[in-house]
Amino acid sequence: MDFLPMLIQIFSWVFIVLGSCLMVIGAAGMLRFADFWARLHAASVIESGGMIFLLLGMCLQANDWLIFFKLAFIGLFLFITGPAATHAVAKAALSDQSRKNSTKSAIK
Amino acid sequence: MFVLATFALLISIILVLLRLYFSQTLFDRVLALNAFGTMAVILIGVVGFLSGRPDFLDIALLYALINFVGTVAVLKYFKYGTIGDSDKQTSKLSG
Amino acid sequence: MRSLFISFVLLSLTWLLLSGVYKGLIMGLGLLSVLLTIYFVRRMDKIDGYTIDFSINIFKLLGYFFWLLMEIAKSNIEVVKAIIKGDNHINKKMFFISTSQRSDLGKVIFANSITLTPGTISINLENNQLCVHALNFNEASTKGLEEMDRRVKNIESGS
Repeated sequence: MDFLPMLIQIFSWVFIVLGSCLMVIGAAGMLRFADFWARLHAASVIESGGMIFLLLGMCLQANDWLIFFKLAFIGLFLFITGPAATHAVAKAALSDQSRKNSTKSAIK
Repeated sequence: MFVLATFALLISIILVLLRLYFSQTLFDRVLALNAFGTMAVILIGVVGFLSGRPDFLDIALLYALINFVGTVAVLKYFKYGTIGDSDKQTSKLSG
Repeated sequence: MRSLFISFVLLSLTWLLLSGVYKGLIMGLGLLSVLLTIYFVRRMDKIDGYTIDFSINIFKLLGYFFWLLMEIAKSNIEVVKAIIKGDNHINKKMFFISTSQRSDLGKVIFANSITLTPGTISINLENNQLCVHALNFNEASTKGLEEMDRRVKNIESGS
């Protein structure tokens, strides 16, 4: 038995198990936190930690360079757009909050 | 290994959908939808590996593109009431 | 002309890596789509004319990328702990941090890295002041963000 393929197998196991755990914990956090601003952080565990570990584990299992590059593309794309989408949600929520507050104070 | 990842992803997708169902505000729902989309992208890739057909990765890539555009489009629509009209309001936004 | 050549090479490389089918007709269609994309992008330039100042050192960016991965791993552990402890043990706070990058791209990289590390989210950028929301605010979190700011300033070339 070769040493290197076994090492790759072990690493991909570890990455995929870690990524799966982070996914479930992040989803549980989204259910558990009572406040919207705390839930944003739970969602960012899903979008950075779980995503990166699962894709790394899949990259190690890929037996073709093209598959490896496709996974890298997906990872790079999610790496850039995930924070952008989270930021968009946070900014929209903040402006909505401040708008509501200002209309409330205007009524009072 | 991929079976385990599939089950974990399915469980977390169910949890996020519960969040989507029980939330009150729009932003909670958009956030849950975005997280759901990320999970769906990974799930499509994992299922592709599980069934030995890595062609699924193309679909996952497309889903990632559409998910991002969809999230931003929903947020923009609910903030400004338009998505791509070429009236004064939207041209002010891009400038 | 140089940017045209670079975009042609990059788009062709992307197409070749994503396609995987190397036959005459398909390759021709790929070339056609690359040329069409470049034509459309050139045409859209007339509408807005906005250019990105890409003054980033690629090798330093790679080094920063691996440092960022380590940071993401560390803050993931913290947020997982916060999720397990529950609602009563978190200390949410919104605060401002100043950015020292010169280019827009540097600022974008800094803000994106803040959002990418779980536990902190960048919300708004005004007059070089970045509004950040933290899940578990303490003294160490501002220090970490200041170090990240310094490192992103470091990868800008010519500074």
